[in-house]
Amino acid sequence: MTASDAGSLSRREWLLSERPASRMQARLGRAYVAWRRFTANRLAVVGLLIILGLVVVAALAGMLAPYSPTVGDLKNARLLAPSAAHWFGTDDLGRDIYSRIVYGSRWTLYVVILVAIIAAPIGLLVGTVAGYAGGWTDAILMRITDIFLAFPKLVLALAFVAALGPGIENAVLAIAITSWPPYARIARAETLTVRNSDYIKAVQLMGASPFRIVLRHIMPLCISSLIIRVTLDMAGIILTAAGLGFLGLGAQPPLPEWGAMIASGRRFILDQWWVAGAPGAAILIVSLGFNLLGDGLRDALDPRSGDQ
Amino acid sequence: MSGNPDKQTKGALLEVDDLRVTFPTRTGLVQAVRGVSFSLGRERLGIVGESGSGKSQTGRAIMGLTSPQAQVSAKKLSFDGIDLLSAPPRERRALRGNRIAMILQDPKYSLDPVMTIGRQIVETLRTHEKVSKAEARERALEMLRAVQIRDPARVFDLHPHEVSGGMGQRAMIAMMLIAGPELMIADEPTSALDVTVQLDVLNILDKLVAERGMGLIFISHDLRLVSSFCDRVVVMYAGKVVEQLKASELRDARHPYTRGLLNCMPRIGFERHPLPVLDRKPEWAA
Amino acid sequence: MSVAENQAAAGRGSARAVSILSSLGRFLVIAVTTYLGLLAVTFFIGRVIPIDPVLAVLGDRAPTAVVERTRREMGLDLPLIEQFYIYVKSALSGDFGTSVLTTNPVMSDIRRVFPATIELATLGTIIGAVFGVPLGVLAAVRRGSFIDQIARVIGLIGYSVPIFWLGLLGLVLFYAKLQWVAFPARLDVVYEYTFTPITGFYLLDAAMQGQWDVFYDAYRHIILPASLLGYFALAYISRMTRSFMLNEMAQEYIVAARAKGLSETRIIWGHALRNAAVPMVTVIALSYASLLEGSVLTETVFSWPGIGLYITNSLTNADMNAVLGGTIIIGSVFIGINLLSDLLYRLLDPRTKAG
Ligand SMILES: Nc1ncnc2c1ncn2[C@@H]1O[C@H](COP(=O)(O)OP(=O)(O)OP(=O)(O)O)[C@@H](O)[C@H]1O
Ligand SMILES: [Mg+2]
Repeated sequence: MTASDAGSLSRREWLLSERPASRMQARLGRAYVAWRRFTANRLAVVGLLIILGLVVVAALAGMLAPYSPTVGDLKNARLLAPSAAHWFGTDDLGRDIYSRIVYGSRWTLYVVILVAIIAAPIGLLVGTVAGYAGGWTDAILMRITDIFLAFPKLVLALAFVAALGPGIENAVLAIAITSWPPYARIARAETLTVRNSDYIKAVQLMGASPFRIVLRHIMPLCISSLIIRVTLDMAGIILTAAGLGFLGLGAQPPLPEWGAMIASGRRFILDQWWVAGAPGAAILIVSLGFNLLGDGLRDALDPRSGDQ
Repeated sequence: MSGNPDKQTKGALLEVDDLRVTFPTRTGLVQAVRGVSFSLGRERLGIVGESGSGKSQTGRAIMGLTSPQAQVSAKKLSFDGIDLLSAPPRERRALRGNRIAMILQDPKYSLDPVMTIGRQIVETLRTHEKVSKAEARERALEMLRAVQIRDPARVFDLHPHEVSGGMGQRAMIAMMLIAGPELMIADEPTSALDVTVQLDVLNILDKLVAERGMGLIFISHDLRLVSSFCDRVVVMYAGKVVEQLKASELRDARHPYTRGLLNCMPRIGFERHPLPVLDRKPEWAA
Repeated sequence: MSVAENQAAAGRGSARAVSILSSLGRFLVIAVTTYLGLLAVTFFIGRVIPIDPVLAVLGDRAPTAVVERTRREMGLDLPLIEQFYIYVKSALSGDFGTSVLTTNPVMSDIRRVFPATIELATLGTIIGAVFGVPLGVLAAVRRGSFIDQIARVIGLIGYSVPIFWLGLLGLVLFYAKLQWVAFPARLDVVYEYTFTPITGFYLLDAAMQGQWDVFYDAYRHIILPASLLGYFALAYISRMTRSFMLNEMAQEYIVAARAKGLSETRIIWGHALRNAAVPMVTVIALSYASLLEGSVLTETVFSWPGIGLYITNSLTNADMNAVLGGTIIIGSVFIGINLLSDLLYRLLDPRTKAG
């Protein structure tokens, strides 16, 4: 197919061409197919919209929230039921719960992104090195990974935070420390499938150093399965962070973190259910969003496991 | 034996007329079988054709094992006077394993891995006949002996992974023959086996079919095998029957596809350069 | 989730080659290294992270004399590796120090509270398995049907909802509004004094002693938290069952079973599920382990006097000995169940019996 041909084709046909003229076209074509598979899954699109919504709310929190998230009207606005003025009611310190939830989205994103940024590279590094090096390195690294995999994550995170001291940064650290092992497993499995491929052999023959091979040629191949797994784990991360917040170990008052908000609403749960109700619903929706998005990504990018 | 071999009817045992199997897929309808017709008495019919030509789907449609999303239609699909397509599922199920049976390609995957071989054989029998446990066991052992398994009592209690491929396929044959079917569909019953074992298994199958007077549909890639083993041969291409002829007349086959298949078979003593390539023309599938 | 899948897959793949003896050897190596790993991590948490581990253990209100004595007792003047050796030795003998809060040895505290957690997690797993397995099977065999959608929604929510929040909502609805269940505790106060438990599993104890009023009261207290945990187990178990069943139903031996003329019921429950049951054991064991862990949050919500509540109470009082002791115990049980399920898998799968 020549370039002038391509001009006369519809964009769709160009993307789906069986004989792509360039690597770019092939890559775009594959992305397009994956995108179509993804958007054909309505729930996955809902998930994507929820996450986009979360990002937008976090970005525009200052504009979306009518009240301060931390300072309330203690005299006149304690524990008000939901109304036009306070959509989700107010808490025991007279703060508008809606505004707190809007600002809380920032902390949710903060936790999720930081954990991903810390844990995914650790797992990627451990997994690719183990898979590429093989032998004793592999055995030892994977034994460590399996040991961590066999730990109860929440309890261990709890103990970590107990030692480090409560706080959202420490909660992030604790969660990251307990969540890298699955990524290492995945990265190792992917590495093993390509390690002996002709492609890697060719790169080796060209004299590339192992360091460079792992970094430039193997790691990129692991990225897509890793992204799927990280997205699927996001909900778990949010729930763990919220759990730590609920136990008073995560975000400290007056931060509007959703888990901590549930903890402070617990005392009023029987009479003023909305104080704990609204933040919990927010956690549920966002986790649901990540789960739907993750499922959709997996089905679109990894057709092998489309049956889950 | 429940299927009475003396009850030889005048009409054909199986009649297939214009059988079609269509799969809906993401990219549109796939017609796996497109108007296959043949009839079968108590004889051995071979179906040959290249991979994907619809042989297995034809066999499965007769068994009623086509996956539920597919569409099966035919002008006529009758077994011993029973219209299979309009028969209620319960009745078809009662036929399966009892009067029509099927041997699958690979014993490694077609036997339940967590159930002993004996129980799997007994299960077929007890599904179709009211027999006591002890009697069922006796008959299963007898059947295992009939497929030339030397130590039936031991094999009875083994799990499928504990026996060789050849023995597994014999167990499979025993499992499918125990209820005394009148029609046996063998879907490449030996392709997964070693060449040496292939012949053993084929001989057993041949003997049992002859002894019991069953009808046999033998599905295979291998035209030579089919021609030596069957009375008649149906040649399929892209879901259609392109030629139907007596095995003895195979040499006179007229259709270019059949001739192509014949030419592709290696013959000892003939030097062949270059290797022949199977010709495929779209108009044959039309 | 995919941990189980990995283990299931690994179990199947390597199963054939590994004889029972060498797998037992491997099992021991794994058990020992994993347990040492757990101790190393808790050691790190308890001794290395805190600036002054003595204060971390005793709290900052302890008198100086006590602090000094404890410092020597903990061997903090020794090199780290020697400290770890002592730490492992005392942990193996069940010595986790004393709890500041209760002034008892941590181990005896845990012995007292652990049955409550076991009772809760066991009931939760039973509920999860009894409902989750059939749901997963039905979802798989009627793929895309209404029941499959239901299973999917149940699973998705189970994976997305904060357990403590759902527990609070449950209390509002079933305790405050409907009054179907009793208030958060293990027994009504009345019975706390008249009832003497034997095993520590109240339902069992009450039944054994024929005290049916106590049994009913215990039931009214446990049913909500157990159902809550059961729901989470169900979400996981049904999802895994569905995926295993889909996998099995696509196998050739199912076609063969149909060719034999078996009924669909028999094929599903007699063949496919029997095959899926082998990896299911792993899944149910893992979900049991994760419920033990989940008890930390659930017990807090329902004031359930188990190890989870013990840990969180100790946390708020900066009682590090108790926190780490509890962590080690939950970790050990968790690891133990993990390993046992792996072993059980090998025993159950006939393919692994052949040498
Ligand atoms: N589930 C399905 N969905 C869509 N198409 C299918 C399905 N099953 C079979 N087919 C199509 O039916 C055609 C015939 O398949 P069939 O299994 O009958 O071939 P075959 O002749 O038995 O080949 P082989 O010799 O490889 O066994 C194939 O081309 C395949 O594409
Ligand atoms: Mg076939």
